[in-house]
Amino acid sequence: MEEEDMKLTRADEVRAFIARTPLAQEMGLRCEVMGDEMTMIMPFQDKLIGNFMIKAIHGGAIGAFLELTSQAQVFLVTEHLARPPRPINLTIDYLRQGHAKDLYARAEITKMGRRMCSVRAEAWQDEREKPVTTLMAHFMVAGD
Amino acid sequence: MSDDPASAPEPWELMQENIEMISGGIPWGRRMAFRFTRIEKGHAWGLQPWKERLVGDPDTGVIHGGVLTAFLDNLSGTAASSALSKPRFVATLDLRIDYMRPAEKGRDIIGEAECYHTTRNICFTRAWAYHESRDKVIATAAGAFAINKPRPAESIARMG
Repeated sequence: MEEEDMKLTRADEVRAFIARTPLAQEMGLRCEVMGDEMTMIMPFQDKLIGNFMIKAIHGGAIGAFLELTSQAQVFLVTEHLARPPRPINLTIDYLRQGHAKDLYARAEITKMGRRMCSVRAEAWQDEREKPVTTLMAHFMVAGD
Repeated sequence: MSDDPASAPEPWELMQENIEMISGGIPWGRRMAFRFTRIEKGHAWGLQPWKERLVGDPDTGVIHGGVLTAFLDNLSGTAASSALSKPRFVATLDLRIDYMRPAEKGRDIIGEAECYHTTRNICFTRAWAYHESRDKVIATAAGAFAINKPRPAESIARMG
């Protein structure tokens, strides 16, 4: 594979995944990788609004943001995966309104199994301690 | 408007009448090219076209799961507010999505949602996304929505 020829690190591959995934680009996502940790950033854009009367970010856009963050985090730390993992299911808790400003997210693997893994992720704006939305998801991690 | 509840149109009737305005009133929904196709009391149907910019896997061209999340969230929220006998906004409390099979590249996705129970404060919904029929479903969703405090009646046309 050409990725291997170019000796990309997994962090490079995660950045490349964000750069070449049309939906991630459409949402304007950026990721900052620090070793095995990663923060995803979704800069505010008008098109992300779900309710223009209160200028709130669309819940579905936040859900997609957390799903992409989780996918990228699993990919970052699971060396045998040739490509970002496929989701099995997910549950999104909408805790607070997403205001018209940048959104940040981090994901954490709660259990890595042979075939599946469990992930938790949260998105926040001003204060990490006051998450806007949290996500719990399962991904397939069996080698393909 | 009359005070007699029997003569006033139900929220779902106004929503069905203003269905195009509801579809166009959500910026992220517009960006996804999503639209509602039919609204009845406690039910909503919609269409999510395939778009290059919504792809989640550039190697296969399959739309990202996050698009389905937004699609089913929109449909479920609309099914929830259409179930109520007074015009109310609803806010997603939680949403669970199960991915059954990948959507196919280049094909429209059909979605439908129903609100199967309401209490004074909460609407419970389920929803399906598929290409042809519910027998071959792409994703399902189960949601709970909080019913917000009353809003002015004239804002009903902008509900969604």
